[in-house]
Order: sequence, then structure tokens, then C-alpha cells
Amino acid sequence: MLKRYIIPSALWLMATIFIVIAACGGDDDADGTATPTDTGDGTGTPAQTGEGLLATVLDRGELICGVNDSVPGFGFVDPDTSENTGFDVDYCKAIALAVLGDADAVQYVPLTADARLPAVQTGQVDVLIRNTTMTVSRDAGSGLSFATTTYYDGQGLMVRAADGYTSIDDLATATICTLQGTTTELNLTDRLPDSEPLPFVDNDTLQAAFIEERCDGWTSDRSQLAARQSAYPESAGGPSALVVLDEVFSKEPLGPVTIDNDSQWFDIVNWTVIGTILAEERGVTSANVDDFIADPVNPEIARMLGVSFEGGDIFDAGLGVPPDFLQDVIRGVGNYGEIYERNITPIGLERAGTVNALWIEGGLIYSPPWR
Amino acid sequence: MAAAQGSSASELRRILTLWRNVRVQRFVGQTVFAAIVIYVGYLLISNMSGRLDQIGLSLFPFVDTTGSFPFISVSGDFLNQRAGFDIVETSFGYDYGPNDSYRDAYFTGFLNTIRVSGMGIVFATIIGVFIGVSRQSKNWLVSHAALAYVETFRNVPLLLQLIFWYVAIYLKLPRISNPLDLDIAIVTNKAIALPFVSPESGFGIWMIVLLAGAAAGAAAYVVRSRRQDATGLPSHPGWWALGAFGAIGLIGFLATGLPLETDTPSIANRQVIGGLQMTPEFGALLTGLTLYTAAFIAENVRGSIQAIPKGQTEAAAALGLGSFQRMRYVILPQTLRILIPPTTNQYLNLTKNSSLAFVLAFKDVFGTGSVIITQTGQAVPIIALLMITYLSLSLFISLVMNTINSRLKWENA
Repeated sequence: MLKRYIIPSALWLMATIFIVIAACGGDDDADGTATPTDTGDGTGTPAQTGEGLLATVLDRGELICGVNDSVPGFGFVDPDTSENTGFDVDYCKAIALAVLGDADAVQYVPLTADARLPAVQTGQVDVLIRNTTMTVSRDAGSGLSFATTTYYDGQGLMVRAADGYTSIDDLATATICTLQGTTTELNLTDRLPDSEPLPFVDNDTLQAAFIEERCDGWTSDRSQLAARQSAYPESAGGPSALVVLDEVFSKEPLGPVTIDNDSQWFDIVNWTVIGTILAEERGVTSANVDDFIADPVNPEIARMLGVSFEGGDIFDAGLGVPPDFLQDVIRGVGNYGEIYERNITPIGLERAGTVNALWIEGGLIYSPPWR
Repeated sequence: MAAAQGSSASELRRILTLWRNVRVQRFVGQTVFAAIVIYVGYLLISNMSGRLDQIGLSLFPFVDTTGSFPFISVSGDFLNQRAGFDIVETSFGYDYGPNDSYRDAYFTGFLNTIRVSGMGIVFATIIGVFIGVSRQSKNWLVSHAALAYVETFRNVPLLLQLIFWYVAIYLKLPRISNPLDLDIAIVTNKAIALPFVSPESGFGIWMIVLLAGAAAGAAAYVVRSRRQDATGLPSHPGWWALGAFGAIGLIGFLATGLPLETDTPSIANRQVIGGLQMTPEFGALLTGLTLYTAAFIAENVRGSIQAIPKGQTEAAAALGLGSFQRMRYVILPQTLRILIPPTTNQYLNLTKNSSLAFVLAFKDVFGTGSVIITQTGQAVPIIALLMITYLSLSLFISLVMNTINSRLKWENA
């Protein structure tokens, strides 16, 4: 009887050993024979051999962008038009405009919190713009790169007004709904170690459980809480049935994520974001960008828009896209302030006086120099 | 010269004969096939490994690939890092907290998978046999109710059923602010709690007494069975065994000074405390898996009953056995031989389907693995680990079921 299991087990063991040995051999291949062009220039970045994501996206004629589809204001499928809308979605459009000159050349891939990082690692998406917090382990240990933060968020806790909770400490032993695989899940355990976290994979099941009082609190980034509060169903009491408690107990800088080994692609994503910030700082909007193209009033605006200043040479930073790529971006989606006002102001998150104001107005939104 | 020619001709003939030998042909064919499979596998893995290497990740981070032969490395193993996330629902009293490692978190999820699959297999078998036998009933209502059950549960996707049980049934239980308090049990959508017992001093000694009682019960069973076989008189070995075990257990319980304390659930601070608790997530998962799989097992039971020749029932009736006795002593024992292989499939399905727990905020091994992936970024090794986990679990179930099956073969019967 035992004999029937010896042969399959032996085969299984052999297969496992083989896989392990092959894995080691695979490493050698990657360093040596499989990608000889990479080792030649000493840096190993495929971007410099013209095989990076920029070439892929240009060939495909379409940007594949990982987004959220259930957070109004940031990444959401509009039930009326069934189109992806939101702050993050507009940044997908900005990158598509920068690279392809077409805001509609985007394929949106809705991702859960669990699936979003592997989607970038495996190349399923070119860029992930899905309220993803930058952390050192995600940046360093996961093969990912985080571009300039587009929204400075913080974690909050939302409760039902009728329950009478006034501070986060009131919920020390409460059941608290959260999303699985997020930094908020970790912060909750740090802040309220005796609470009972109940992690869901999507906001919709979470909301169903919250309405039924399965959990006493709902923790997430405050932007997400505001978004969900604004869309809280009237049958459950509407937005006024909920209170977001005052305390903010984490830092959640959210921004686009790209794969780690493609610095050219990362630079394009990063400087597209920075370009929208600089445009706001310099007062360039979707409405007046053509006036500035005709008459750039100062040299930095001329460099940014890729036009000649008083007959001089056109500035090309060497990003790998045409030097005037920001013209399309600003014309298509506007500057940072316009993107914010179009998407985030309607869900009730005012910008003035917060960390998301421009640095000249006391916030953290800041652009490095364009030169 | 002629000799040389003769030898080369015989050499040629030998090779040709070898080539025409069917055993050699098979050997060569299988070797070529195996080589192709191994080469394709090698290509896939080396490609993945190379790609991971490009973004600074390793295919097997818990294996030290710097040495001449891979050994499990102890330092630098990301699974040993502090997990930082909590899993409230654990199984078999396993103690897990956010300060434990990813390895402990994974193991917690693994135990949760085992608990829900194990309980699911037991309940699905009981319900499945009951429904399957009911379908053979001569009572129109009973057989058609069983038919309706089978057709409903096996034709609706399991994911949909799980969400139905969770959102439409378990979450609709009374809220914590207005609980259904049955004095002994508490029903809310945070937990369903039944009174339970918690160990007190003397519990360990009583456990030893219980073991002795179990041994005595087994001995009584053997003695009474032999008497029944020898004399043919009904000797009720089961009742004797139960009686011996119960009597020794009770005496021990009194002698060790009542080592159990009743643990009645209560509500404090909007939480259900104490007692034997079941969360709605676990409840929905167990209910969904059990009822879904029971529908398939019921069909297996019905089919295997119908496969027993009608003469068996008639012969049993001629002996004067009633309808329950016919089923219990004649038909069902014979169906086991036909029933076990397809039912093993259903057990495997149930175990694998338990990974759908991730939609219900129940942390099984798959859900926990997913969290580890997002917190560490180590997608490939965790997915590989998950595959090995489910594969091992399935092979274990198959091993147990095949062992049972081989014991039921005709020659052993």
C-alpha cells in the first residue's frame, strides 16, 4: 500500500529540488547570458537599451493604469457615465497625455489593495495611481518606486454619530473595520492594540457590515472616509449619520508607483506630476496655457512648456518625451489646483489651510526647479 | 575483411533490432517527453527568476542561494520579521498577536483553513448523506424537497452563496445595541455565543482519567463485539463502550473536584465576552461551504445507492429487516465502495473553496498570504508557499481517503 505513495512522493521531491536548483541557475542567466546588453553598460537598466516601459507604451499606443474603482473623488466609476473619474484617474490621463498626447489612450485596471503592488511588479500595469502610501519597505524591498506625492493624507476613524463616540480612545476594545493589506491595518494595531480589526477586501462589503453595526468604527485614510461618507446611502441615514473623529494618527503620502528598474519611465511619471504642480505655482491653467505658449512671460515657464524664450533654444531636459509634453498635459487635465478642485473639493475636502495647499500658501505641495 | 564486414552487418542488425524493440521505443519516447517538460519548466522559472532579479527581488528569499547548494537561511528571512497586523480569529487556541512573525501569521491562517475545512467536511458529509438518502424516499414531499435542495445549492455560484449568507443572513442578526439574549445564549451579528466550559485546577488530571476511560471503552467494545460474533446474541458493543467511558469520566470528574467551570457569555462594552463564540464571517463561510458541498455529496450518495442491485434490498426485506435497518446494515455499507472516490473529490473541492474566505474578512491561509504579499512585496515566494500548502493539504486528504477506500475493497470485506 505504501509503495503507491513512494513513487509520487519521490517525483514530487525531485521536482521541488529541480525547481530550487533551476532558480539558482536562473540568477546566473540574468546576470550573464540572458541579458548581455544590460551588463555591458554597467547599469543594467533596460531603459537605456530602448526596451523600457516608454517604448512599450509607445508601441502599444495605450497606457495601462492601475486605479481604484470605489473611492469617490480619487478613483471611482461614475454610475451615470460608467467612466473612471477622480483625482488619481486624472493623473493617469496626465501621463497618457505626456507620453501619447491623448487623454483617452488609457486602459484602467481596477485593483484591490492586495493586488495592486504585484500588478506593478509583474508589469500588469505601467503605473499604479491608487491612493498608495509610500513606505520604506514598499520602496526598497518590493521592487517599486514612488513618485512625487500627489496627496498628503492621514489615517482617521469614522463612527456612527448615534453611538456617541467622541475620541479614538473610546474605541480601545471596539471592533474596527478596515481594508486588508493596507498601511491603515498596521497603523490601527499600533494605535489601538486591544481593538479587534476586521479586514475586508473591498469597501462595499465593508460598508454593508458597518451599516449593520458589525463593527463600531471604520478606519482608513481620511480622504477615503470623506469620500465614503459623502456617498453613504440615505437608507442608512446619509452622510450626517457619520462622524469622522478629529485625531489623525498616521502619515499617508499617496502618489504614483512604478517598477524599480526603469528610471526613464519613473522620471516621466514623476516630472509629469511635478509639472502640474509647477504650472499651478506659475499660474498656468488649462484656460490660459495657449497664451503662455504664445508668450511665456518668464524663462522657467518657457522651459516647462518647451517653447523658445525670446528666440533662444528650446530647453530639453532629456526625459525621452518631446520637450513640450506639458502643453498637452495642462491643456487636457489642467494644473494641480484644477485637478484638485474638479475631484476632491466636491467630496467635501477643502484644500486651503491643509498640507495639500501649495508651499507658498503654507502647504507641502512643492515643485523642484524645472531646469 | 569478410569478418569485419560480417561484424559491421551484425552490428547494424543489432542497432536496428534495438530500434524496433518496443520497450526501447517507449523508453526513448518517454525520456524525450520528460526532457521537453523539464526544459520548458526550466525556461519559465529562469525567466521569472531573471525578471525578479532585475527589480532586486529573489525567487526564493527564504533559501540561501549564495552557497553551493540551497539551504534554508535563518537570518535575512523575511518571514521572521514582525507581522504588525492582528488576526482576531484564531483556531485551536493558537495564540497570535501583531508582535509575532509573518510565519506565525501564516500559520494562524493555515489553522483557520484547517478548522473551517475540517468542520465543513464533517457537516457536509452528514447533510449530504441525509439529503441523498431522502431523495430515495417514497414520500413525495421528502424526495422532492431533497431534489429542490440539491438543484438550488449546486447551481448557484459558491461566491454568491457566501455573500448571501454573510450579508443577507448573518449580518441581519440582531445588532449589539439590541441583542437577542436567550439567558444562556447570546445572538448578535458580532458573534453567536453559547455557554461553554473553561478548565479549572485538576483539569489535567481529569484529562488523564478520560484517556483511561477511552481505553476502557475500547476494551469493552472489543470484548462485547467478540461475544456477539461468537454467540450471535445482540451484545450492544457501542452502548457498553459509551457506558464504560461515561462512568469512568463521571467518577473522575467528581474525584478531581469538578475541574470545569461554566463560562456563560455576556455583553460588555458593545462586545460579546466569554462562552463559545462564532463570528458571522466564520458562520457564513462554514454554512456556505457545507451546504454547497453537501448538494454534490448528496448526488454521490443517491448515485451509489442506485448502483446497488435491487436484489439486495429485496433480500434484506425477505430477512424481515425494516426500511431503516435495510439502509443501515445492507445498502449503505455497500455504497461506501462506490461513494468514497467521488466524495474525496468533494472534500478536496471544499478545502480549496475555503480560500473564498477572503471576501468575508475571515483570515484563512490565502487571505493571510495576501496580506503578507502587500506588506512585504514578496509575491512570488508567498504564492509558491500557498500552492505548496494547498497541494500538501489536498494530498493529505487524498491519502486518508485512499487508505479508507483500499480497506473497503472486496477482498478485505
